[in-house]
Amino acid sequence: MPPVLAQGHTYATVTDKISALVLLQKRRRGWWLGFALAFALFMMLNMAVGYLLLMGVGIWGINIPIAWGFAIVNFVWWIGIGHAGTLISAFLLLMRQAWRQSINRFAEAMTLFAVACAGMFPLLHMGRPWLAYWLLPYPDTMGTWPQFRSPLVWDMFAVSTYASLSLRCWFVGLIPDLATLRDRARQRLAKTVYGFLAMGWRGSAMHWSRYETAYLLLAGLATPLVVSVHTVVSFDFTVAIVPGWHSTIFPPYFVAGAIYSGFAMVLTLAIPLRKFYGLEDFVTLRHLDNMAKILLATGLIVAYGYMMETFMAFYSGNPYDRYMMMNRMTGPYAPIYWLLIACNIAVPLTSLWFTRVRRNVAALFVVSLVVQMGMWLERFVIVVTSLHRDFLPSSWGMYYPTRWDWATFVGTIGLFFTLFLLFIRYLPMISIFEMRGLVHELKD
Amino acid sequence: MPRLLLYGLMAEFDATETLLEAARRARAAGYRELDAFTPFPVEGLAEAIGFHKTGVPQICLAGGLIGCLGGFLLQYWPNVVGYPLNIGGKPYNSWPSFIPITFELTVLCAGVATVLGMLALNGLPTPYHPVFNAPRFELATRSHFFLCIKARDPKFQLAATREFLQSLGAREVSEVEV
Repeated sequence: MPPVLAQGHTYATVTDKISALVLLQKRRRGWWLGFALAFALFMMLNMAVGYLLLMGVGIWGINIPIAWGFAIVNFVWWIGIGHAGTLISAFLLLMRQAWRQSINRFAEAMTLFAVACAGMFPLLHMGRPWLAYWLLPYPDTMGTWPQFRSPLVWDMFAVSTYASLSLRCWFVGLIPDLATLRDRARQRLAKTVYGFLAMGWRGSAMHWSRYETAYLLLAGLATPLVVSVHTVVSFDFTVAIVPGWHSTIFPPYFVAGAIYSGFAMVLTLAIPLRKFYGLEDFVTLRHLDNMAKILLATGLIVAYGYMMETFMAFYSGNPYDRYMMMNRMTGPYAPIYWLLIACNIAVPLTSLWFTRVRRNVAALFVVSLVVQMGMWLERFVIVVTSLHRDFLPSSWGMYYPTRWDWATFVGTIGLFFTLFLLFIRYLPMISIFEMRGLVHELKD
Repeated sequence: MPRLLLYGLMAEFDATETLLEAARRARAAGYRELDAFTPFPVEGLAEAIGFHKTGVPQICLAGGLIGCLGGFLLQYWPNVVGYPLNIGGKPYNSWPSFIPITFELTVLCAGVATVLGMLALNGLPTPYHPVFNAPRFELATRSHFFLCIKARDPKFQLAATREFLQSLGAREVSEVEV
């Protein structure tokens, strides 16, 4: 069994190694190339959003009956990805899992940036985004209030709470590390900025005591929050009457799917990071193995969800639900459905059972990308196939994404990586004080 | 060179066990104004220097209750009192549909209260603190452990306390100026 932390590390070596990644200004060509590409895609996002605000949502492929297209698919996909970071940082803390320590910082950063990408879509997909503030319960001159019984308003509260709590958890976790960077920085500007952000942290035992209590409380709050946020997102679909949406399996199935795609993204990020930054001592094969096991477990839950959806559609006797299922499997979007089954079920669930695959870095990287694509396709199938053919055949239609749909989607991937690359450049991507705590724990 | 006021004496250790033992012996010797500085939280250290109440859980609970009541009232008042809409005879106080927002606001307010409360109780941000004047204190965020006996402790006496700290196995004992 590979170790959680490689042998031979002391408090000083873990501190020096991780802080050196931030403080030593080495010219990293790979970082610059990645940043250039990500930033270019981010600029494309800005163009796409600018044109959207100017011309309206007609530039996308949405129509009647498919009034929700890529925007909602991407929203649910990004939010789902974000959930793994919170789970690693909060839930694994409560479960006292030592292997969480080296991955939780960049996983939480991933959450923050994924939620930032997700949060744009509910605003952009509105016909009049400049009126988005009407979703807020402010006392207005018209004497009206938002519709508190609507999942879209619930979404607004849930996603904002999630974004702000994740930001706070992440920042609180950073404070002791910012103090470390403040103390180790040699440049005036670095010392000042990190010092300002560290707020004078000095490692006092009384402060640590309150800090640990606060951290545990935040973890206890964040864990049910993760479940509730994706449940509320699934309610966007379940409260509608459209066949394929109006299903009580959605909340647990969405949450499991979110954790599935989220851990896949953590793997997609962890594997290159440990290779390019030499972090194999900290993010060991044990971490990759454990994350792959979680992928396997959540993949099985997702597979069960698909089977139950199919079974219930037939067992219910409801002709609309039965047709919805037949249409997914044999209708115009059938290739996408079967690709989805291949990506989410066939590939991961046949390979991740084997230890050889779980500890093979290249194979795991490929599987993680396949799972992420599969989860995106799942959101697409849920949103589009249920809308394009529902109760009345004369209303049936087709959805074809336009170049602006693609530009916005690929642009958000650019935004995500821009933020992530900035994060790994300027902040410690592994939690230094938690690694020191791990060294201490493993010494006994 | 004129001597500035003394904040206390700082002892530097390089292992948690020696620090814990030192803290316990200092308290046993009657010192009360103690503080310890470590690069990661050490279990048992806060109790060893005599610190017990955190206060953070109470603040978290208070925040959560405010969020819960506030969230529910936010939805109850407009739908029942302010602008009730009769939709198919359905109840104005449709409390099951109010639960998601109530839950989210509970978590939000509890979280904000926890973070702000923890920072406020810790007195952060504190741009300046005398202990930063101790030599090699930047190792407190890297690999070494420090114990400080403050000068305002009633039992504090420069020579005697310095000798006491040296007897606890410290690497170095130094004076900290205010």
